[in-house]
Amino acid sequence: MTKAPAPHGPGRGLRLIGAEEPLVEVRGVRKRFGRRTVLDNVDATVERGEVTAIIGPNAAGKSTLIKAILGLITPDRGTIRVAGRPVSAAGDYRRVIGYMPQAASFPENLTGRDVLELLERLRGPDTPLDRELVAAFGLEAALDQRVRTLSGGTRQKLNAAIAFLFRPALLILDEPTAGLDPVASAILKEKILVVREQGASVVLTSHVLSELEELADTALFLLDGTVRFHGSRGQLHDRTGHASLERAIASLMRGASA
Amino acid sequence: MTATTTILRFQIGDVLRSRWVMVYGILLLLLTDLLFRLAGTGDRVVFSLMNVVLLLVPLMSTVFGTMYLYHARDFTTLLLAQPVPRRSLFLGLYGGLTIPLTLAFVLGVGVPFLWHGATAAAGPLTLLLAAGALLTASFTALAFLVAVSIDDRAKGLGGAVLVWLTTGVVYDGVLLLVVVLFGTYPLERPLLALTFANPIDLARVLLLLSLDTAALMGYTGAVFQRFFGTSWGIALAAVTLLFWVAGPLAVGMRRFRRKDF
Repeated sequence: MTKAPAPHGPGRGLRLIGAEEPLVEVRGVRKRFGRRTVLDNVDATVERGEVTAIIGPNAAGKSTLIKAILGLITPDRGTIRVAGRPVSAAGDYRRVIGYMPQAASFPENLTGRDVLELLERLRGPDTPLDRELVAAFGLEAALDQRVRTLSGGTRQKLNAAIAFLFRPALLILDEPTAGLDPVASAILKEKILVVREQGASVVLTSHVLSELEELADTALFLLDGTVRFHGSRGQLHDRTGHASLERAIASLMRGASA
Repeated sequence: MTATTTILRFQIGDVLRSRWVMVYGILLLLLTDLLFRLAGTGDRVVFSLMNVVLLLVPLMSTVFGTMYLYHARDFTTLLLAQPVPRRSLFLGLYGGLTIPLTLAFVLGVGVPFLWHGATAAAGPLTLLLAAGALLTASFTALAFLVAVSIDDRAKGLGGAVLVWLTTGVVYDGVLLLVVVLFGTYPLERPLLALTFANPIDLARVLLLLSLDTAALMGYTGAVFQRFFGTSWGIALAAVTLLFWVAGPLAVGMRRFRRKDF
């Protein structure tokens, strides 16, 4: 197969990293908020070119794990490496990451175009751009309006377009389809599969298991801050005896409570 | 362009177009104009404005400051996920609020002086504007410190209002109480210490010493003048006010850099 014309892949200065090394490596991470242990000795890896679904009930630690990878929270213990670099608050490593937070919120009095320009400037002038989602969502016209006047759905589309804008090697999508209409949702899922083909890794959370069923190569099941299962779809099937993700998860949860 | 100036530019663009900054500027504009119609000359307007500036500017700066940072929380998180140092983001957000707020204050108070042709009061007016700018910078820094330290919006806003109440209102009562209760003791040094602990009182002392109005000076102002003399007193008050900008800003930034988002 020939190489795609503009492959998603490691950005500037990150080309020396061996391809065998996982893109994200989480080792023994523990995080407490007050007395509550949100993550407890979590190990996880994200391989290149894979879609990893983080699954778990509310308050299982999904968002905290994502935020730890992004360097938004500092673990009490353990290490996280992204593209071979340790995650720290002053992280240039975030160049390889595109992040779509659960709720999109932009400065109300700026236009969508201002927001894109701000982010482009922060990434530097020579970062290759992928504006395909802007076009696919039909955002061009809305970009000239103030964010204040945009609907929640349009903001969410902008949120998604921003995550893919800089051709990141790692996409972190927190509940990406929540708040998107079915058409936009389908466009986004299609895009996820396309960038995976181009070699990007995707980490996503969702409550809609059928959606993860379509997309995920690997599942990471979190419960009460600990990893209860991490492996491929096939392994999940072998472990639980269920082919559908929904039943397999249900079986894992029963196993956990027993 | 560095990350700090980029964020600063876009935040200023956002805040300048927001309604509440416009309302703040127009409110000051109407008030100053009204004072001109009532008091007449520029000098007297400056004095009337002084007490307004000493209370209203800190109140607006603390309330706007905390609300702004809470409101920007989600976008802050998105920016933190970009390759941007936290220091740049914090300074960009701080300047992005403080600069438009100062601009609204300077224009709101200054422009009526122009259209009423009160050029004779240019000296006192400049002092008033400088003191107001320092108070804005100091209280937005305090507001940021509160908002970074307290995650709950309602509690944070309450904390910010408490800072204003303490420095702007309760302080004067405490001062009065101290003077009444301990009037027979030498109070100079304790009162000086109290003045240094309150940016609003520092601004008041700075203004009164510069405008040379001993009669209006009040207790701390008189003590300040007697202890340091006029020119040293002015210099010391100004420098300490600058510390009241840099101090809270430095502590706020330190917390911001270690904060879990």
